[in-house]
Amino acid sequence: MTDQAYNFAYLDEQTKRMIRRAILKGIAVPGYQVPFASREMPMPYGWGTGGVQVTAACLVPEDCLKVIDQGADDTTNAVSIRKFFQRTAGVAVTEATADASVIQTRHRIPELPLREGQILVYQVPIPEPLRFLEPRETETRKMHSLEEYGLMHVKLYEDIARHGQIATSYAYPVKVEGRYVMDPSPIPKFDNPKLSGSAALQLFGAGREQRIYAVPPYTSVVSLDFEDHPFVAGKAPHDCDLCGATDSYLDEVIVDDAGGRMFVCSDTDFCRGRKDAGHIGRLGVQTDGGA
Amino acid sequence: MYVAVKGGERAIDNAHAFLAEDRRGDPQVAELSVAQIREQLRLAVNRVMAEGSLFDPDLAALAIKQARGDLIEAVFLIRAYRTTLPRLGASNPVDTAQMAVVRRVSATFKDLPGGQVLGPTFDYTHRLLDFKLAADGQVPPAPTAPVSAEKVPHVTEFLNRDGLIEAEPQSDAVPPDLTREPMELPTSRALRLQAITRGDEGFILSMAYSTQRGYGRTHAFVGELRIGAVAVEMDIPELGFSVEIGEIELSECETVNQFKGSKTEPPQFTRGYGLVFGQSERKAIAMSLVDRALRWKELGEDNIGAPAQDEEFVLMHADNIQATGFLEHIKLPHYVDFQAELELVRRLRADAATMQEAAK
Amino acid sequence: MTPDALTGGFADAPIQSARAFRAAMEALSRPGKIETVAGAQPPAPLSVAAGVLLLTLADGTTPVHLAGAHDSPSVRDWITFHCGAPLVAAADAVFAVGTWGAMQPITRFAIGTPDYPDRAATLIIEMPDLTTQGPRLTGPGICDVAGLSLPETAAFRANHALFPLGIDCFLTCGDKVAGLPRSTLVEDI
Repeated sequence: MTDQAYNFAYLDEQTKRMIRRAILKGIAVPGYQVPFASREMPMPYGWGTGGVQVTAACLVPEDCLKVIDQGADDTTNAVSIRKFFQRTAGVAVTEATADASVIQTRHRIPELPLREGQILVYQVPIPEPLRFLEPRETETRKMHSLEEYGLMHVKLYEDIARHGQIATSYAYPVKVEGRYVMDPSPIPKFDNPKLSGSAALQLFGAGREQRIYAVPPYTSVVSLDFEDHPFVAGKAPHDCDLCGATDSYLDEVIVDDAGGRMFVCSDTDFCRGRKDAGHIGRLGVQTDGGA
Repeated sequence: MYVAVKGGERAIDNAHAFLAEDRRGDPQVAELSVAQIREQLRLAVNRVMAEGSLFDPDLAALAIKQARGDLIEAVFLIRAYRTTLPRLGASNPVDTAQMAVVRRVSATFKDLPGGQVLGPTFDYTHRLLDFKLAADGQVPPAPTAPVSAEKVPHVTEFLNRDGLIEAEPQSDAVPPDLTREPMELPTSRALRLQAITRGDEGFILSMAYSTQRGYGRTHAFVGELRIGAVAVEMDIPELGFSVEIGEIELSECETVNQFKGSKTEPPQFTRGYGLVFGQSERKAIAMSLVDRALRWKELGEDNIGAPAQDEEFVLMHADNIQATGFLEHIKLPHYVDFQAELELVRRLRADAATMQEAAK
Repeated sequence: MTPDALTGGFADAPIQSARAFRAAMEALSRPGKIETVAGAQPPAPLSVAAGVLLLTLADGTTPVHLAGAHDSPSVRDWITFHCGAPLVAAADAVFAVGTWGAMQPITRFAIGTPDYPDRAATLIIEMPDLTTQGPRLTGPGICDVAGLSLPETAAFRANHALFPLGIDCFLTCGDKVAGLPRSTLVEDI
């Protein structure tokens, strides 16, 4: 049921036009951060206002929306955002990655490969990949325009000199179509390979920092690395204790006060799907859907 | 047996119910009315209007009530509401020279046309807790003076007449709108003033204070501080003339700052400017100091690297809604990123241990 | 004002513009894919698709340039009434509408700046027909290769060579729309 007190998908039409124009320019220049006049939303900056605005500008009544935070559909902020769009846009919602036409995410890319027609909307806190190397917007804008990314390579190389490897484990910088260095949002670097060549359209919204950027489908996205230190997508060296998956990103859960640990899929829909298909991990139990 | 935590939705609903109950407090104590907040917590209302960029004392009072007195939260409620309002048009610039002043003081001239008017100020109160207020808030009416028809011209006009202060360039250019266009750096003074007037009072105060202590000192005198009501007028194209659509209370501060002169300008005073909704004089004074400090480039002064001279630093960090959102968001789940860091640290430690072992 | 200026807009703007934007976004992010849009009945020679794009994307903040036969009183009035967009010369346009011939030379349009490549014009090119038969397209949004019945290749190749600067295009015909961003490499087959 849509809340009649607000416009469809909450934002007024002029605001949506402004955001839509920014999205189109973002698509035309993959990886380039398009400034947009982010609006104050009824949730705080840092809670996904950029992603919410991008989703609001994209939604149609026929959409089926999935919202995840840390890979899970039932984290409180994911629940809150999903409810917001149920109320203001009246769209159908789902937890199943395969059934969703629009997926808004914070910090993860679903494990299931996305398909054509799907849109993945990322919530982005700091869109500027060079920000922690150079805090000034006036300077970083110049660096992007001149394609001057030496500073980033120096930083990564210093990591190698000090630690023997690149000590960036999330928000790992990427280069899009050989041109713009882009922050993929704070996804674990485990997810970086999924950015490249995806069949889905990927949109990034940073509300507080007023930036929108995009990776169109089938676009090359390369994680920065060195020939002698190639990029490695890392994860905990365990299998999921519930579904037994060997290739999914894992949450570590402390289960007792003696320091006992278990590892479970961060992507809750992926894990449930596997359990329903009869896969059982070390500590799992057969579910009703199991064979 | 481990079961993934479920029930986020119920937890949220219950938290909201708890919040509502806590906001109300002890039901034996009479509930605050919005009118009471509007009338008796006026300075809080003013701050919420100023930083919320919306002049509506009733809504600001409601926001303060809803926010349980957390003024930044109240500002946020106002901002989120304001964003949804349609823009029917733009008013003409307000004429503060025509202000009906309730307070007007100058620190640069002992007396001047229009006089020094103290108005409702804390300035000369002794900060002693008034225990009478705990029992009974009744006050006798204050003495009144007859309304004066005397004009209250701006102090800087007198200096301007003698060429002692920099001329204010007149412009009919439409100023950019911070709330409708993304900020582009470097900015114009008009945009800087917009950002500062809605910036956090504490932040602007500290920035201004830092200039007084030598981090970009500008030798400011309060040429004039005036508080009062001004008319808001709007051009109605169908009528062909402007119509008064209401009245707002403003605090305006103009500082007179020392200036040695430059290659192109003879020695003269320069200006800092502050204009804030409501009686918000601390903010208005602080705003004018920060405005003046940020003008170093156009006045050909040295950039000594002071924080208050740094436009990008000041403007990108002045907004308390942006600041508090980003600050507080770190309490949201970050366990995916933390897990990535955990694995990295474990791997680095394992590598280090292997190397130590090999070195033995 | 011309008599048909007041009609032909969206009946339910929030929903119709949402669907139209989704089609436009799909078209631009998958060059070579042809989408169908609906909801506008603009005065000739403006096509339904071009009208829908303008209703969805243009407003008082986006100057529009009308090229050639599209610069007619009825089109002007329609855009002014429904979008409120100022009508301007080519160099100042955020959006431009016309046939490929009338748009020439396309070097008149804004291509963005190195600091702000987004400040480039979007051209809505009215086509006599629109099919996936034509020059070969490769680049972002395209799995392997795609094709589109473009009016020529040289101008689009020159535009692509400016990347990350350059104009972006929608091609319209009746209620059909296709996208051609500056990132697409266009080659003769």
